[in-house]
Amino acid sequence: MPKIKMPKANPSLDMTPMVDLAFLLVTFFMLTASVRVSEPVVVDTPSSTSDKILPDNVLLVSVDKFGKAFFNISNPAVRISTLERMGEQYKITFTDQEKKRFGAMTSIGVPMEKLKEYINLDDSQRQKVKSPGVPIDSLNNQLGEWIQFGRIEAAKQAKAEKDKAEGAGREFKYEPMRFAIKADGAANYIAVQDVIKIFTKKDIYRFNLITNLEQPEE
Amino acid sequence: MAEVNTGDGGGGHGKHDKKRAKKLSTRIDMTPMVDLAFLLLTFFVMTSTFNKAKTMEINFPAEPKAEDERQKVNNALTFIMSKDNSIYYYYGEFFPAANKDGKPATELTKTDFSKDGLHKLLLDRNKPTIEEINTLSEQLKKGEIADTTYKRKAIYAKGNKAALTVLIKADDKAVYKNVIDLIDELNVCQVGKYAVVDMMPAEFELVTAAGAK
Repeated sequence: MPKIKMPKANPSLDMTPMVDLAFLLVTFFMLTASVRVSEPVVVDTPSSTSDKILPDNVLLVSVDKFGKAFFNISNPAVRISTLERMGEQYKITFTDQEKKRFGAMTSIGVPMEKLKEYINLDDSQRQKVKSPGVPIDSLNNQLGEWIQFGRIEAAKQAKAEKDKAEGAGREFKYEPMRFAIKADGAANYIAVQDVIKIFTKKDIYRFNLITNLEQPEE
Repeated sequence: MAEVNTGDGGGGHGKHDKKRAKKLSTRIDMTPMVDLAFLLLTFFVMTSTFNKAKTMEINFPAEPKAEDERQKVNNALTFIMSKDNSIYYYYGEFFPAANKDGKPATELTKTDFSKDGLHKLLLDRNKPTIEEINTLSEQLKKGEIADTTYKRKAIYAKGNKAALTVLIKADDKAVYKNVIDLIDELNVCQVGKYAVVDMMPAEFELVTAAGAK
């Protein structure tokens, strides 16, 4: 009896479509991924059903579990000019190098007196520093000053951009800076209220409270 | 590693030693490249975060000036939050124990953040507004009114003078999460008028007494 001949299968496989797909995905993820910079504070925000997305141009105040306040401005140029104004106020001069480093940083939670030292730390060392929080008491209201100057500088920046855009004959879409508060769910409400009071004293009444998205029941 | 298979296994030694172009195989070993591609893919999938932060927009009232008289609020419901996620409420105006109007003293009722507590209470209290908005959204579904009309009318219904007004107060032991939960619940229950305000000393005493029980 003749043997049944098994067809010889080619062991090598055409991988081209798979590779195409893999690279497509790699490209997609590379382009969409945003670098997540490490924050000096962990804030576990409470969840809500609100699905509004945080605007890009914000002045953010974080409040951690212990009620310490942290300050951040999303726009690097505004950050740097705010730092200059704060430096003038506290008679601290920052070098160009320090300003540049500050522009690339995230939230800060140190008082002005220690800020220079904090900026000059390495990224890895900065992680280890325990931030005492920006002072918010009425005698030494540094957070209030940061907000004040941040707001002025943001308005200046927007004006400069508008002039530039109009000079070049482009249309300028003004996006006002929003004020966001990112507080830990376990934080005492009074601590958050203190921060809100600082804002309302400066005639800022509209906030974006940052929350996690919660799946509605049912 | 990645070498090109030339595949001219001793070719070109024919009879006449003709000069022939070398036959190159077009196949390249792609395995290392694929390895790398998948490695990168895995890395980016793992590290990327898609969710942008979600926010809740809210307006806070300005600090009242000293000479301002306390405003009367129609149809007001006041929530007071305290320690251990407890929440109390009272309806209408606040009357201290011995007031000159001779009204009975305000008593706090305790509730909780569960579905049968706060949610039910708000649905009950805010029934007219919710019904109005439901009729509007049904009209929207049938195409009787436009999207913008719906939005305008819904805002009007929520801001109506007869609609429920909620005052949110928290004492020094309440946590931020409770305030957010409450505001969220108000949004779900279509309460358009709410404000986070400071507590009165009399209310604070009442809450402390209720918490000590």
